Amino acid sequence: MHRESFPILKKDIIYFDNGATTLKPFEVVEAMEDYYYNYGANIHRGDYDISLKASNKYEEVRDKVKHFINADSSREIVFTSGDTLSLNMIVFGFMEDYLNEGDEVLLTKSEHASLVLPFMELAKKKKIVLKYVPLTSEHELTLENLEATITEKTKVIAVAHITNVLGDVRDIKKITELAHQKNILVLVDGAQSVPHLKTDVKDLDVDFLTFSAHKMLGPTGVGVLYAKEKYLEAMRPILFGGGMNQYFEEDGTVEYKSIPTLFEAGTPPIAEVIGLGRAIDFLEEIGMDNIYKYEKELKEYLVKKLENNKKVILYNKKSESGILAFNLEGVFSQDTAIYLDHYNICVRAGNHCAKILKDELNIRNTCRISLYFYNTKEEIDKLVEVLEKSDELYKIII
Amino acid sequence: MDRELKREIIVDNYQNPFHKGLVNDSSYVKANTNNESCIDNIDIELKIEDGIIKDANFDGEACAISTSATSIFLRKIIGKSLSEVETLIINYENLIDEKEYDQDLLEDLMAYDTIYLQPNRKKCALLPVETIKKILSKIKDDDNGDKGIK
Repeated sequence: MHRESFPILKKDIIYFDNGATTLKPFEVVEAMEDYYYNYGANIHRGDYDISLKASNKYEEVRDKVKHFINADSSREIVFTSGDTLSLNMIVFGFMEDYLNEGDEVLLTKSEHASLVLPFMELAKKKKIVLKYVPLTSEHELTLENLEATITEKTKVIAVAHITNVLGDVRDIKKITELAHQKNILVLVDGAQSVPHLKTDVKDLDVDFLTFSAHKMLGPTGVGVLYAKEKYLEAMRPILFGGGMNQYFEEDGTVEYKSIPTLFEAGTPPIAEVIGLGRAIDFLEEIGMDNIYKYEKELKEYLVKKLENNKKVILYNKKSESGILAFNLEGVFSQDTAIYLDHYNICVRAGNHCAKILKDELNIRNTCRISLYFYNTKEEIDKLVEVLEKSDELYKIII
Repeated sequence: MDRELKREIIVDNYQNPFHKGLVNDSSYVKANTNNESCIDNIDIELKIEDGIIKDANFDGEACAISTSATSIFLRKIIGKSLSEVETLIINYENLIDEKEYDQDLLEDLMAYDTIYLQPNRKKCALLPVETIKKILSKIKDDDNGDKGIK
């Protein structure tokens, strides 16, 4: 779908690393270029026309994001430098005050470093307890296991909506239902889900949601932090500077602005936010439901084809997203990735920033294929064909 | 060395590596190297007595290039003195960096003489020497410590 918008696809490249970052359509880059060339002023500052235009465009994107994830108000949308900063802001600006010694935070072993590490640091500081909810034999999170891990001390559940190695889709709505009955907050990392399926924060009833623009056609350097207004009001900024204060005095008196501006110290990534806005338009033109349906269809096709190859080990056949982790029997994942690169097929090799997942899989490294709507069955056929003749692998890479 | 022979040496050492598996005994000195630019991760342990390498083992998960280079290196250094190992390392690093080296000293390690054509794989080929250098410097630190220099 819409391959003509992606200049890089004209270069005979097969891009299967969308979990790392997606390709950028011409329209997104054009919107950023338009800002830089035609109204490239700072925002919230000048009384002149192009500064007002830049401010309006920037704030329009906040509304776009609000509609895109169906938030109650644009006040709940904070622009950050990406998913990692969003998560760190929540952990060190909110959780640090909210959690007390002995309180428990539930995670799983398939979570990304950006979710686990801030909590690990906080655990050292505040003596909170991190618990990992056991996963099933298919490495998935079930409501039963989650419920069984909850104790009276459990205050927060922090999980990805879709995990980045195994691509399993969590039933967030059921999780929040269960959590909220027990006064537990739910933080959802949407980095791998918001780009791929319709995310409705009201319907899911999540308390916090984070994601990055660059995994959804947008530029690098910008992400979103969503929190229910009452929690955002209770959150402290962790970055201080221009743009976020009302006034400050020599004696230390300072008054900060209100949410969400309070959390956007310094000149924000203006062009990038504008690019994100165009990316959202692009995704909505296709329709998030169509994107999800198409990716699932591609994944099923990919699994069906690869199952015929005895040398291929698949780790997550059943997960309902466009992510497939695999290895070639007896071959180190990186060697497989280098072999595929020889045919201009881009896949990721490694532990994919989920370093503790090795305990679950009994294997440290995998190759990961992560699909997006511009991938095709023809590209999958090419991958399957190249993996079929992998007896030649060492001839190619050495 | 022709390409077919090089490939044979590399693949054979990757699939049947020499001394893979650690003893983890206190008579060995161990070091780990994580390749920062990729995902290779190996441990090497050396048993050194009177300045001679008596035994050498390794373990870890790494690509064909790193694993095979480690295997070949360990096989070569057993029985050698520390200064011989240092000379070997210098010659091998020169080979990888396209500088002058002694071909007779390197033998099987000549299989990596064209690795510079894939610059991103030079680090893979250098992984065993990075690790062995760490062990050698640990030993030197300990010796200096004994003499009170540290």
